[in-house]
Amino acid sequence: MNELLEVRDVSVVYGERTVLDSVSLVIPHGAQIAVVGPNGAGKSTLFKAMMGLVPLRHGEMLIHGRPASEYRDPVAYVPQREEVDWHFPVTVWDVVSMGRYGRGRWLRKRCASDLEIIRRSMDSLGISALAERPIGELSGGQQQRVFLARALAQEPHVLLLDEPFTGVDISTKEAVLEFLSSLRDRVVTVLVSTHDLELASARFDEIVLLNGRLISSGSPEQVFTEAHLQAAFGGQMVVVNGRVIAVDQCCGGGAHDAHGPTHNGTL
Amino acid sequence: MMGWVTEPFAFGFMQRALVASIIVGVVCAVIGCYVVLRSMAFLGDALAHAILPGVAVAYLVGANLLAGALVAGVIVAVGISFVTKAGTIREDTAIGIFFAAALALGVVLISTTGGYTVDLTHVLFGNVLGVSGADLWISGGLALAVLAAIVLLYRRLLVVSFDPVFGRTLGLRIHALRTGLFLMLAATIVVSLRTVGVALVAAMLVTPPAAAYLLTRRLPAMMVVSALIGVVSAVAGLYLSYYLDIASGGAVVLVATAIFVLAFLFAPRKGVLWKVRRARRVRAS
Ligand SMILES: Nc1ncnc2c1ncn2[C@@H]1O[C@H](COP(=O)(O)OP(=O)(O)OP(=O)(O)O)[C@@H](O)[C@H]1O
Ligand SMILES: [Mg+2]
Repeated sequence: MNELLEVRDVSVVYGERTVLDSVSLVIPHGAQIAVVGPNGAGKSTLFKAMMGLVPLRHGEMLIHGRPASEYRDPVAYVPQREEVDWHFPVTVWDVVSMGRYGRGRWLRKRCASDLEIIRRSMDSLGISALAERPIGELSGGQQQRVFLARALAQEPHVLLLDEPFTGVDISTKEAVLEFLSSLRDRVVTVLVSTHDLELASARFDEIVLLNGRLISSGSPEQVFTEAHLQAAFGGQMVVVNGRVIAVDQCCGGGAHDAHGPTHNGTL
Repeated sequence: MMGWVTEPFAFGFMQRALVASIIVGVVCAVIGCYVVLRSMAFLGDALAHAILPGVAVAYLVGANLLAGALVAGVIVAVGISFVTKAGTIREDTAIGIFFAAALALGVVLISTTGGYTVDLTHVLFGNVLGVSGADLWISGGLALAVLAAIVLLYRRLLVVSFDPVFGRTLGLRIHALRTGLFLMLAATIVVSLRTVGVALVAAMLVTPPAAAYLLTRRLPAMMVVSALIGVVSAVAGLYLSYYLDIASGGAVVLVATAIFVLAFLFAPRKGVLWKVRRARRVRAS
């Protein structure tokens, strides 16, 4: 596997606070990477920086050795919380078909292959039956599937999913995992942030452990050592038989997102 | 038998009034969909009032009033867009500042002309019967330009209005599109000056799209239904104004409002009565 994505010495600063401090990563083509770390570790910030949504104080993002901003093929991103207008008069089909827009395609007529891609994307997330429903009238889990389907319709080479397993039921979680394994056949490079360390080590090729800076990256065995976990999570961890169990205080089991004033991860 | 339908349009000025009203009905109603969906009603109203100084200056130097209005509208639209770009000043605050300043400047300029002349009153409240051939050409040209921009930018405006973060990941320039929308809005207001006047144009921007929102569930349908409501209001208002001898601008807006009230009460799915009936049915079963 050759390298696809390189994060080189990236720092992000909000106001006075350094949120990411000199993070460097090299991500191979087609790999599926889990990004883990406590609340406030900078996982979402890393994704936003990769998408050019927050300015870099320092460093650069490279795709195939060239600046990410010059890269023309799609990099798809599904944020932790969608900031869309839920009352906007668009249906599920409308939203998924936005995945076919982009540079050079704002005025082009939709062709048969576009329609086929839209249909397949909805099928693979199991939302075809919802096609005509207004986006605001869906449940949270259904809405999330719609945005995953839109990302899939972009036919991305790189896909960033910020906490897709948070706040969803088992069947949606399974659907997302199935969706991820289907991406392996297409050699899509995937980065997924999660609080579920168990899942991260079971289902992903490599782990990136963050806490304001890069604590460790590599295979689950290399990353999930007591020393690294201690450095990232402080006293919140136990390690049993070489297997990792998260005792994430703020989230009661580590499966939930707590968007609150929990800054236990901030350096 | 149908003489009352055609009778008003025996006169040239009434024919021009009809064409002008239809233009306004369509273009306000279509761009108004974005005004309603992006909550820009206040901006629409402010832009309308902020073009007064331009009108006053044009009047003082004897230029075409619509041209003066257009220049002022462009300056204010770009100004508001620029001041809010950094995000340190909220949009409604910036609008309030520009609105008040421009209105004050307009009042000061008009006071130097020795009172509100008939022409300036017509700018405030519209005088569709006084539309000249030249006005019609300016209005028609601007309206076509705005409609063409809405069609060409359709996907881009849809994405940035619904999901700006996604728009940025696709490389859209959010700020440029927003400025473009402001400029289209300014042009639309200028188009409407003669027909409904600055005081009532906000109603034409908001009321037909609000009614259409209740009756549809996708943006293209909302735009078409809104345009229909706009045209029906404009034409019906013109007839009412002719036969009852009332102000045309006011008549047009009141018809649009009546249509909105009907939609609010009776719209399938989103109407008040429909919701009440559904709640009853749920309780009964
Ligand atoms: N827009 C912002 N302005 C200022 N500070 C911010 C902003 N967004 C995030 N931060 C801060 O940056 C730090 C990292 O936030 P980030 O959202 O990247 O964390 P995270 O790892 O995704 O956390 P979580 O697990 O809760 O999603 C936090 O301390 C947060 O308070
Ligand atoms: Mg996050």
